[in-house]
Amino acid sequence: MVTNVTSLGRSGLYDWMIQRVTAVVLAAYSVFLLGFLVLNPDLNFAQWSEFFNSTCVRIFSLLALFSLGAHAWVGLWTISTDYLKALGLRFLFQAICGLVTFIYVVWGIQILWGL
Amino acid sequence: MIPANLRESECAVNDKRPVNLDLSQFSFPLPALTSIVHRATGIILFVGIAILLYILELSLASEDSFNAVKECLDGFFVKFIIWGILSGLLYHFVAGIKHLLMDFGVGETLEGSVLGAKVTIVVSVVLILLAGAWLW
Repeated sequence: MVTNVTSLGRSGLYDWMIQRVTAVVLAAYSVFLLGFLVLNPDLNFAQWSEFFNSTCVRIFSLLALFSLGAHAWVGLWTISTDYLKALGLRFLFQAICGLVTFIYVVWGIQILWGL
Repeated sequence: MIPANLRESECAVNDKRPVNLDLSQFSFPLPALTSIVHRATGIILFVGIAILLYILELSLASEDSFNAVKECLDGFFVKFIIWGILSGLLYHFVAGIKHLLMDFGVGETLEGSVLGAKVTIVVSVVLILLAGAWLW
């Protein structure tokens, strides 16, 4: 079995599964959020903040945020190992992706719960 | 030139090693192109999420900043950026659904994958145009 120290699930099979499960979550959340926006064309602040104040929406949003982190990491890791052959460059790319993903997750939590 | 100290068995093993092909020398079939665009839109979305999170933060901060965001989104340039991110999302979404279907064994033949690529392009173009109409 080929293992790689930077792969998220320690094996290609786990990464493959993480990628699919998080994809389904992100697809469902995209439809949910875009659906809400399409169905509320004259959205005002009261409706919008009420929407994100509901525990269900916050939990779903946090689930989507964590899924985004894992999904983006597996995807960008795949791209980096496919196209970036130089070890230093690949490590730099992965480090930036990991840092940005971490920032997104913490920032997202602050937006959702820090109000 | 094979070094003299390399045994015959080792040569045979090394000959079977995968070779990194020069991708610029190939003409890509349609499924390969839709796959590459799927990857490219993934990278675009990873960057675009920063913009979307920033908009979300401003829109939830206060009524004033919500209205400021709303006004800002009416500008052509900002709207165009949002349409770009949305287009990336819609394409990535459609190509991702196709991916999941192929994981279940749907459209795995040569003909099926070309058809799947065509359907991916048509459906995502329709959705992107609808998104543009919705935004403007």
